[in-house]
Amino acid sequence: MADYLPHTPDEVAAMLGFLGMDSLDQLFAHIPAAVRLSQGLDLPAGMSEPDVAAVFERFTDANRATTTDMTCFAGAGAYDHEIPAVVKMLGSRSEFVTAYTPYQPEVAQGVLQAIFEYQTLISRLSGLPIANASLYDGATALVEALNLAAGATGRSKMVISSGVHPHWRAVARTFAKGTGHEIVEAPLKDGVTDWAGVDASGAAAVVAAYPNYLGILEDLTAAKQMAVADGALLVIGADPVAAGVLKTAGQWGADVFVGEGQPFGTALSYGGPYLGLFACTLEQIRRLPGRIVGETVDSNDRRSFVTTLRAREQDIRREKATSNVCTNQTLMAVTAAIQLGWLGTYGLREVATRCAQGAHYLYDQLLAIDGVRAVSTQPFFREFAVRLPESALGVLHRMADEGVLGGLAVSALAGGSDPSIDDDIDDVLLVAVTERRTRAELDNYVDLLRKAVS
Amino acid sequence: MMAAKALPGGRAASAPLLGHDIEPTIFEMSVAGRAAYQLRTTGVAATPLNELVPSTHLNPDVVPLAEVSERDLVAHFTRLSHRQFSVDLGAYPLGSCTMKYNPKFCDAVAADPGLNSVHPGAPAELTQGWLDLLVTLEETLCVITGMSAATLQPSAGAAGELTGLLLMRAFHTANGDPRRRVLIPDSAHGTNPASVTLGGYEVTTISSNDRGLVDLDALKAALGPDVAGIMLTNPNTVGLFEEEITEIATAVHDVGGLLYYDGANLNAILGVVRPGDMGFDIVHMNLHKTFATPHGGGGPGAGPVAVSSRLAEFLPGPKATRLADGTFDWTTPARSIGRVHGWHGNAMVLARALAYIDVHGGDGLTRVAQHAVLNANWLRKRLSATLPAAYDRTCMHECVLTAAPLKAKYGVRGLDVAKALLEEGFHSPTVYFPLIVDEALMFEPTETESLQTLESLAEAIERIERRAASDPESLHRAPQTTPVSRVDEARAARHLVATEDAAQR
Repeated sequence: MADYLPHTPDEVAAMLGFLGMDSLDQLFAHIPAAVRLSQGLDLPAGMSEPDVAAVFERFTDANRATTTDMTCFAGAGAYDHEIPAVVKMLGSRSEFVTAYTPYQPEVAQGVLQAIFEYQTLISRLSGLPIANASLYDGATALVEALNLAAGATGRSKMVISSGVHPHWRAVARTFAKGTGHEIVEAPLKDGVTDWAGVDASGAAAVVAAYPNYLGILEDLTAAKQMAVADGALLVIGADPVAAGVLKTAGQWGADVFVGEGQPFGTALSYGGPYLGLFACTLEQIRRLPGRIVGETVDSNDRRSFVTTLRAREQDIRREKATSNVCTNQTLMAVTAAIQLGWLGTYGLREVATRCAQGAHYLYDQLLAIDGVRAVSTQPFFREFAVRLPESALGVLHRMADEGVLGGLAVSALAGGSDPSIDDDIDDVLLVAVTERRTRAELDNYVDLLRKAVS
Repeated sequence: MMAAKALPGGRAASAPLLGHDIEPTIFEMSVAGRAAYQLRTTGVAATPLNELVPSTHLNPDVVPLAEVSERDLVAHFTRLSHRQFSVDLGAYPLGSCTMKYNPKFCDAVAADPGLNSVHPGAPAELTQGWLDLLVTLEETLCVITGMSAATLQPSAGAAGELTGLLLMRAFHTANGDPRRRVLIPDSAHGTNPASVTLGGYEVTTISSNDRGLVDLDALKAALGPDVAGIMLTNPNTVGLFEEEITEIATAVHDVGGLLYYDGANLNAILGVVRPGDMGFDIVHMNLHKTFATPHGGGGPGAGPVAVSSRLAEFLPGPKATRLADGTFDWTTPARSIGRVHGWHGNAMVLARALAYIDVHGGDGLTRVAQHAVLNANWLRKRLSATLPAAYDRTCMHECVLTAAPLKAKYGVRGLDVAKALLEEGFHSPTVYFPLIVDEALMFEPTETESLQTLESLAEAIERIERRAASDPESLHRAPQTTPVSRVDEARAARHLVATEDAAQR
């Protein structure tokens, strides 16, 4: 019998006796017998931890695409960045890991101050004055941005560039079924958004990605002009690592910044938990979703931190709340603050720069291969798409046999067709390069791809 | 503060030693020119960025973060951690949150690179272990809840609720009419009505009766052909089992509505009674509560949603699926509502939950519920002379007590008791929820706290009662022994300072 329960049989008997009962079943006597289980759950008996570890080896052994076994060139919002021992260790301190939401600030200053520092970092990287304490992930952060825009404008039409990650757009479409938002997707032309191809009149939000999911840097001047002309909010989904050197969302004129925060100290984790980054202008503060930590003082006039502007939230506003979000991703936000503390001002710039250097080197080498073509003439940052002479999925499998996860097939991300790609989508491969990739790994990639398509 | 007497088994409850000095922010610690980062030597040519990217895209300014040494970074976050209460430090009887012990083994499982270094976009052929794990967890959760299929995508309970409401909408829409209203008891969690609004429905609130349960007559009066369904927590937020659940289910189903089970309180009924057997059609689970995945200071969570067979075709996709040949692939249900997560859900939370379930097994999960309910009832009875129960009968995994007598006698409110308890080394219970109970203090001791800890908690509350009688003013000023004393929440909202830069302005 393996479990974590402290009570001895004698203690159970004594506690039942105190309640005037003689069996644990009596605790449930008021539950109608008709709905009660007579036999318990049809699950195997409990196992010791070492025995469960053996079961889990079955899972870990069957995962071939680990970064320990394969060199990772996959991205699309989830990147293989350096996570140093110091970040892993600080981020796994049990005071942070096993605390709950800081409802009692007098004993939660650790988490509250860490979130305050996180909010400051995200505010600076987004170029916007206020950031929340994080949301579930980038995709759901976009949904919250759309809901904010609808509340701010009283409108329900959302114009979204198809340069926004296909999964984010899919999630936005799902939740629009409840809110009734009309979602209009602007196609890409030569890899950048063809804003002229959509009607933004009456829109609540204009949404662009920077860089877009194909890695391409779009000039967002037109998006901003369109948003201003139509009275819509400009929402920019940006790569937070690139934000270390690129123009900030605020500099482009964004009302709302959203992002996927995984690159800040969270392992690839098969897609979660990650964290949704969210920042906005002061005009939107009362509509900001999720938790916000603010500075204040205690009764002895000492600096303190506390969750604030609580009147927006679901537990107080109930059906009139701006959002139903209760849980955020605090542990990931604390970890992001630690990772950014470790990187510092110049470390983040160095990481962003190295990503771009590696990506551009690899791109130039790949285009020299017969049959490999560009999908766009536009500038890119740390990720790029190329068109192969055959199905990208097939090529990825052949490269995987040589120990390289060669990127992601755009068809697997976006489905059989997508307004972001104007020709056969099956042949398009998306490749990301991080600061962890060495010249030797890049050269090996070039050789393998050449072999795979020849 | 008086020391508790030594008890057989030791004083399991802690009086945590928390750091009392104000910690500078990392920005205040920053010194230009310091750095901690170290990167791999790559041999890639260091081409200047302005040769790779047009200057129109580059920020002319340097975005300042912080500049600290690794040693200072470690000291800073270690000192912050010393200003933070946690389950590992002491008992955390925060009602409705199920702050049970989080087994370290489950964290170790999640730290394995065989799971956590896998890219979520890698093809299914290369991630068969993950798909196997997800399918196994889905099947296991269906056994536990008595449902037939599940999605693991929702990131938290509230995300699960909204997913469930979209499933409700898809089901009714497929039958010709999405319907208009969703019923919610007045004792419900605040996420319920907020989710209903986002699901495109109107809330109709159902009053509770004098036993703290759904008023069946009020429910029947509110039912009609425009009702899409009802959201219920069972046991409810007062910690009581809805004994007329079968009658409720029949009444809702008779008008074509669906029953949604808010799994916040699932810990109370593991292996005892299943939502599916009670007539529920849609169930969300909070894996961070029931299956002990760490709460992380307010996330990450995971909120899988399980459904009965008639709703399975609407579940979010893609979903991990076991194929006839024993391999696994992603499939999308025929009339799927679509994605609700950027990838596949909070995978590392899902892995921890499966490890927890495997250690306990069917028999162990039943013991979890039994001991959680035993602890709550023991505490309810033990405290009955000090903080009477709002509804004085057998409760489930949590008990809602009231500080109303202390308020009447001494002018000491529930919040004062909660704050004073922090001085005693315990985390506070949930205060002023549910809204239907005056001066509510909701205690959820969980099954992993020992009898000695419960006794220490009871004695601490009795000490607070004696303080209320002799020196009520001191309770209004509590806590004083914590890292900071009572904070000025009104000031934080009035003069919003949410970043270091706002503090400088």
